[in-house]
Amino acid sequence: MTRSDAEPLLEVSDLEVSFAAGAVPAVQGAGFRLMPGQRVAVVGESGSGKSTTAHAVMGLLPGSGRVTGGRIRLRGEDITYADEKRLRRLRGREIGLVPQDPMSNLNPVARVGRQVAETLVVHGMASRREAPARAVEILGEAGLPEPARRARQYPHELSGGMRQRVLIAIGLACRPDLLIADEPTSALDVTVQRQILDHLENLTKELGTALLLVTHDLGLAVDRADQVVVMSKGKVVEAGPARQILTDPEHEYTRRLVTAAPSLATPRRRAVVPGEHSQHSEEPVLEVDRVSKEYRIPGRGGVLRAVDEVSFTVGRGRTTAIVGESGSGKTTTARMVLGLVPATTGAIRLDGSEMVGLRGARLRAARRAMQPVFQDPYASLDPTFTVERLITEPLRIFGVGDRAERRVRVLELLEQVALPAAVTQRYPNELSGGQRQRVAIARALALGPRLVVCDEAVSALDVLVQDQILKLLDTLQHELGLSYLFISHDLSVVRSIAHDVVVMRGGRVVEQGPVDQVLNSPADPYTQQLLEAIPGAGTFN
Amino acid sequence: MTAIAETPAETPVANLGRVRGRVVRKLLHNPMGLVGGALLLIVILAGVLAPWLAPYSPTEVHFSTPFQQPGTVGFALGTDDLGRDVLSRVLYGARASFEVGVLSVLLAVVVGVPLGLLSGYWHWLDTLVSRLADLMLAFPFLILAVGLAAINGGGLGNAAIALGIANIPTMIRVVRAETLRLKDTDFVLAAHTMDAGAWRILGQHILPNALSAIIVQATVIMPAAVLGEAVLSFLGLGIQPPKPSLGIMLSDAQQYLFRTPWPAVFPGIVIALICLGFNLFGDALRDALDPKTGK
Repeated sequence: MTRSDAEPLLEVSDLEVSFAAGAVPAVQGAGFRLMPGQRVAVVGESGSGKSTTAHAVMGLLPGSGRVTGGRIRLRGEDITYADEKRLRRLRGREIGLVPQDPMSNLNPVARVGRQVAETLVVHGMASRREAPARAVEILGEAGLPEPARRARQYPHELSGGMRQRVLIAIGLACRPDLLIADEPTSALDVTVQRQILDHLENLTKELGTALLLVTHDLGLAVDRADQVVVMSKGKVVEAGPARQILTDPEHEYTRRLVTAAPSLATPRRRAVVPGEHSQHSEEPVLEVDRVSKEYRIPGRGGVLRAVDEVSFTVGRGRTTAIVGESGSGKTTTARMVLGLVPATTGAIRLDGSEMVGLRGARLRAARRAMQPVFQDPYASLDPTFTVERLITEPLRIFGVGDRAERRVRVLELLEQVALPAAVTQRYPNELSGGQRQRVAIARALALGPRLVVCDEAVSALDVLVQDQILKLLDTLQHELGLSYLFISHDLSVVRSIAHDVVVMRGGRVVEQGPVDQVLNSPADPYTQQLLEAIPGAGTFN
Repeated sequence: MTAIAETPAETPVANLGRVRGRVVRKLLHNPMGLVGGALLLIVILAGVLAPWLAPYSPTEVHFSTPFQQPGTVGFALGTDDLGRDVLSRVLYGARASFEVGVLSVLLAVVVGVPLGLLSGYWHWLDTLVSRLADLMLAFPFLILAVGLAAINGGGLGNAAIALGIANIPTMIRVVRAETLRLKDTDFVLAAHTMDAGAWRILGQHILPNALSAIIVQATVIMPAAVLGEAVLSFLGLGIQPPKPSLGIMLSDAQQYLFRTPWPAVFPGIVIALICLGFNLFGDALRDALDPKTGK
């Protein structure tokens, strides 16, 4: 590309950003360069300072955030402490932004065409008269189908992918030299994510726009950028060409990131418990037999089939994963298994006994044998409970043991999930994300269930923590002979943990079978599409 | 392996201890909250200690010395038209106002919180309770107070009941909204899968989590009730003369306002201070109870 250009488009050197005075800076000594037309990805976990760095460049630090050191230069001009007037001209016109969450970044009461047109008018790129027509053109460029019709719609009438395209249109409306994309696709399904990123790539290439991509996903970064900057705890730990970061990481942290990235992970965790081989062929722990869930659509009297005749089994000591994108019915299926949502038709058998329609004591017994771990450990633990109270709650409900016995059991469970005994009196918000998910797992194990339903149990976690939790789940499966029903949208995670996989789309099963068979030689085109859409898939294999 | 990502950076210092300690510490670090708290403490102490602090009985009449200026020897805040000591009356009046405030908040909490919880949790009850709340909101509380006074005669108790009833609907709505939000959270869902019953979920999960909203709403109701008591007493529907209340003092002083404003100014200031104190303290409490704000 234009790497020979003498002057970098953007140069960040020694950047330091602090929130409250006296606190540890959120970003310390971060530096990188971006040549015109180049694509640079900033990669890091939550709290690494990657977004803060991007915001500092645009002069959009939230709250009390301030640049306390270093320089930000745009085409040689120092914009570190630029005044609001200069920044307003800079934003949109010279630096475009594609933010993360398409819903909260679009005005819900304005038609999308108007929102694009407004950007044009504000930056003097079009007159009031010609702006609407130009907006439609730009929306079309951003890959929005039927742009003239869409321009007259409101954000809530568009899908997540379409909304993200609108944001891309706004970001590129004024033809900036630099586009900052802050996790532009992390709220989207993988297949949509891929389309959007492909389009963004073509568009920036055509326009010669440089791209600063902020992401937590190393695979995505390597896929989509020329240069990768790895950040950790506010510092740049490594920077270099994308390939090199992946194949020859120098820093210890990068090396761990590369190993933990699930898209790279070899299916190492799926060793079957010795001696269990004969067992799981006999009788599965969970048998879901042609289960459907229908919702009445209010008003029209129509019926929506959220789940349509889904069948699968979970073998003893094995893991069955349900994979699908949003709206595939995977979560509804999990909730039906857990008995939280009644099934409309079909049978669910736990250890051979029918679950649907169970009441009273039999339902109690069934609940004891099956416990959930939810996606977001911030939401699934009552913030007013201590860890001890959280873990003993199921024991208290089922009247297991007395006070002292329960206390012993808590310590035992904490040890199983590798948490120190000291956390018993802590509250959830005093723990890290990974620790909380460990507490949630300990709670799920308290009653000694045979089946654990993991509903996106690692999706909300950073890559390294995710890797640790997956390892923990694997260890527990070996030690306790647990069976997992693992719900996920992430095929790469599924590849590393599951024995069997069920691929769902629009409420139906499109493909199912042993994980190697389904993922290595997918029969259904949708499964193929899903596999290809994994960021970094091509690079890693 | 485990140690790396999950130790120091994310884990708060061990001795941070319990949530309650943190709430108190956050309160202590909020200057406006401290000012509000101090104001309230002063008014409460003045009310509680009124029998010892007041130089005279609040109803003691000094016919020889009406309309004394503040600062007069013997009458620090002056006297009113009947020569009653304004300081003594303000002290006892604040006490009466506070009693009405506390009683009406208690009534609103005792009735409003359970109804809010139930209507938020069970949909079929919601229609009934919410319409009832709408009906109560639509009913002017002054007319209610007039009705109660007509049946039982005026008095501190009636003022408290009327004001409490007037504030029940807003309490129901606040608690109902919190319950609706909380019953769809993952931790309540998790409790369902542990076979926890409705009462356990309401009592152990939803109520404690809704507590901050309830406390904050109570700090909103309290100054409204203090003001409301002043209004009712001013109109002769609340506490009956010659007993002192801040509202009665205003009402009495009104006729002589142009001659001597002092007997009206001091109760007015105390009402303003009470409202200001509760507003500042309520805001600080809301921030302190919000786990999302800083440590």
